[in-house]
Amino acid sequence: MRLPRARKGRMGKMAKEFSYLNMKREYSYIGKSLKRTDMLDKVTGRGKFTADLKFSNMLYGKLIRSTEAHARIIKIDTSEAEKLPGVKAIITAKDVPSIKYGLSPARYDENIFCIDKVRYYGDKIGAVCAVDEETLYKALKLIKVEYEVLPAVFTPADAAKEDAPQIFEEYPGNINTEIHLEFGDVEKAKQEAYYVRTDRLQGQRTLHGFIEPHCSIAYWEGKRVTIHSAHQSAHYLQHHIARIFDMKEGDVRVVLPYIGGGFGGKVDVSGLDIAAVALSKITGQPVKMFFDLEEVWYNGRARHGMDMKYTTGVTKEGKILFVESETILDGGAYTGLGIASAYYAGALLTVLYDFDNYRFDAYRYVTNLPPCGAQRGHGQPHPRYAFESHLDHIAEDLGIDPIEMRLINARKANTVTPNGYEVKSYYLKEANELARDASGWKDKKGKLPKGRGIGVGNGGFVTGAGYCMYRTDLPHSVAMIKVYDDGTHAVVYTNAVDIGQGSDTVLTQMAAQAMGYPYEDITICTRDTDLSTLDFGAYASRQTLMAGWAVKRAGEDVKKKILAQAAEMLKVKEDGGYRFGKLTPEELDCEEGIVFVKQEPAVNITFAEVARAYFVKHGVLIGRGYYHPGKLGGTHKGAAVGTSPAYSSATQVAEVEVDMETGLTKVVGTWDVHDSGFVVNPQLLHGQVHGAFSMGIGETIWEKVVFDEKGRVLNGNFAEYRLPTALDMPYVESLVLDTFEPNGPWGVKEVGEGATTPTLGCVANAVYDAIGVRVAELPLTPEKIWRGLKEAKEKGGK
Amino acid sequence: MAEFIVDKDGIKRYLVSITVNGNKYTKMVKANSLLVNFLREDLNLTGTKRACEQGDCGACTVLLDGKPVNSCMVLTVSVDGREVTTVEGLASNEKLDILQEKFIEHSAPQCGFCAPGILMSAKALLMKNPNPTELEVREAIAGNLCRCTGYVHYVEAILDAAAASQERKDG
Ligand code: FES
Ligand code: FES
Repeated sequence: MRLPRARKGRMGKMAKEFSYLNMKREYSYIGKSLKRTDMLDKVTGRGKFTADLKFSNMLYGKLIRSTEAHARIIKIDTSEAEKLPGVKAIITAKDVPSIKYGLSPARYDENIFCIDKVRYYGDKIGAVCAVDEETLYKALKLIKVEYEVLPAVFTPADAAKEDAPQIFEEYPGNINTEIHLEFGDVEKAKQEAYYVRTDRLQGQRTLHGFIEPHCSIAYWEGKRVTIHSAHQSAHYLQHHIARIFDMKEGDVRVVLPYIGGGFGGKVDVSGLDIAAVALSKITGQPVKMFFDLEEVWYNGRARHGMDMKYTTGVTKEGKILFVESETILDGGAYTGLGIASAYYAGALLTVLYDFDNYRFDAYRYVTNLPPCGAQRGHGQPHPRYAFESHLDHIAEDLGIDPIEMRLINARKANTVTPNGYEVKSYYLKEANELARDASGWKDKKGKLPKGRGIGVGNGGFVTGAGYCMYRTDLPHSVAMIKVYDDGTHAVVYTNAVDIGQGSDTVLTQMAAQAMGYPYEDITICTRDTDLSTLDFGAYASRQTLMAGWAVKRAGEDVKKKILAQAAEMLKVKEDGGYRFGKLTPEELDCEEGIVFVKQEPAVNITFAEVARAYFVKHGVLIGRGYYHPGKLGGTHKGAAVGTSPAYSSATQVAEVEVDMETGLTKVVGTWDVHDSGFVVNPQLLHGQVHGAFSMGIGETIWEKVVFDEKGRVLNGNFAEYRLPTALDMPYVESLVLDTFEPNGPWGVKEVGEGATTPTLGCVANAVYDAIGVRVAELPLTPEKIWRGLKEAKEKGGK
Repeated sequence: MAEFIVDKDGIKRYLVSITVNGNKYTKMVKANSLLVNFLREDLNLTGTKRACEQGDCGACTVLLDGKPVNSCMVLTVSVDGREVTTVEGLASNEKLDILQEKFIEHSAPQCGFCAPGILMSAKALLMKNPNPTELEVREAIAGNLCRCTGYVHYVEAILDAAAASQERKDG
């Protein structure tokens, strides 16, 4: 219910309406499904995405891409293209800095344009810009690149062969990242285990599947460059552009318009951003660089293909004693975020389940395919799929119900993992119980007809990475709130990046709550490094907690100033005044734009009046806040990946129907229970869960990036890649546990990525339950299921 | 066929007259001009999105004489003399279409890149079938890909819009 504004002379009534304030109460602006701040822009078509922007005199540019997977560049002939009227500039490696870049400082291995050789079909050789798109495409056709073709490798197995061609000098044996970690004493635990089982499963290379292709526009004004880009982090883009072009960060302005989805695919500095900066410098004109959709496949940077082997030992009762895991990742040509992906692949299993002895070995190989990186749930969905499948087999072997198996092993709140991560709120057990009850598990498990099955999967994620991607002591999130001179409007400044998940809305709600000021009178100014304040952006599910802390503190800072000012004003109220004499700010509070005396809410004044008085006396009313996670748990090499102020957990159940003749799988029902801490906006949270299910179901059943023998993408379009449609979506039930995270503002933690992590496992387990055969390789296509059934029949299996 | 002129390189440009959102535009376009580019580049109506450019995603959906089409698959010359409605034409003055209202209420779009296309497909559906079933709604937007939402709030919002406009008519 909206409260009326305070009016003089209505004290009796006001007192009554405010009386609930002394009781434990609901919040005014958080915990509610308030309208999104961006909806009107998005339903009227007036909201601008990068490709919608036009600048006068703007040129259009594209990358020149390699047509070999592995080759030495002998010659690049651009002379014909240069003669084409309307072509403004063509650049290659010789025209740009030779500096190497990437996302992990330990592995900066990518050149702006290939210098000596190309490492995948689609690798960046140069860039062209022209007056219009038509000329541009003509120019691209006229550019001739001469290669000395080298043998290429397309799988980690081939990359690992002794005589395999070496893709990088710096990665002997084509090993890009190698991890060997052990916690506790696995060998000893092996002796104690009642039952030990090994399973090996494969996860495929997928793609983010956002609909908006990358686009980047740059222009120069004197020594400063401005970049508009479809990107997930204004700060990282600014940082890397400055580094690459040897500029001061202050001379790089990054503006992010509306972003058409990211899912991890718009975190890397793309060739577009760099080329746009370089080409606009040369031409003195704004340059718009863009990908065609197929180039999004070549840009890659999505989920790694993974080969995962788990050996787990348990007690007779099913308690996990140790886990030994070996993971091989197909990294593609460069590193990008790939080291983090490799560490993430092993980091979070210990958060999910409570056991002491853990060994994790991983090898990330480079291959002559587009680079892999982060995709929603970074490094988690495949290992979760593999382990959840593995755990189901162990449960089956021991005769334990799968959910029971998870209840036995679920981590509890306020514990520390063997790899040192401190887990505060954690209610995986409760999530399993609620998912079991909501899905009707007990009536279905083991009781469904052949071809119909039910499966469970667990997951969760970090709520923000504990460390910046590069080394720095900067706070991770900074926010500022400015109140207008007459107090009638406020603007929240933060470079948190709303890529669709709704951070603009959630942060505005938090600002309103912290200030005690109406939500509808606040706008948010984001995604502009000149106009707004530092934030590392949208990755690792960090915005609600980290930007949330910064905004909450900025709001509280405003409130503090308002209460101090009001304390001076309220005691001189004309209409009867305040009975107890001089007031202190501590005796006041502010809610929904009204400042009132806590003991006597009838004595009140509007926020706006107080703000105006503050402005007259002190000048602009600004609140400031920032957040740094500080030192977090974990001391081993690689502990920076996986350590986080808070961990979400989630249980999903899926029910599927498999056609035993054709192998066609249909997901008919899904249930998600999320332990997400306090939920700021339930509608947005459910939206995240729905989207996660759709992506996860797609990845389990259809999606896979397929290449030919030359390293060319064979299904570089939505139809053949097979993105799920509205007709593929099952019944979805999204439930939340009412939990509280002590490390989060108002107790919040993540949902966006965590919700993707259990899906692959739960759908795969449901398929297993339906057909009695484990297809150990994603996606579970009809062909694989059909073959699996056929083999089982031939073997006379169950 | 529309009238054309030939420039000195022999390239033809056709004179087309197209009504977009109730406004008549007369322009010269090349034979290879796509409706999506005509709308976005020539008329600056960037609400219609361009993504796959091959009829897969539906981000470019507009109404052509009241029927939903992927504007990336339509040549501008073929639209001469016809009527196009884009997302910008859904609201009349300040009054939003019921679908837009319900999209807002349900927070149906997330990133919103697919939203204009879904709105137009849904509009076409409700024009010919004011009382669709859930399956009919799903079928109507099956050509509009969305990676963010799992379509859940979209389907709810469209059903709700249908119900609300029925009510308005009845009441
Ligand atoms: S852009 Fe037209 S269908 Fe995708
Ligand atoms: S809302 Fe992002 S693609 Fe649909």
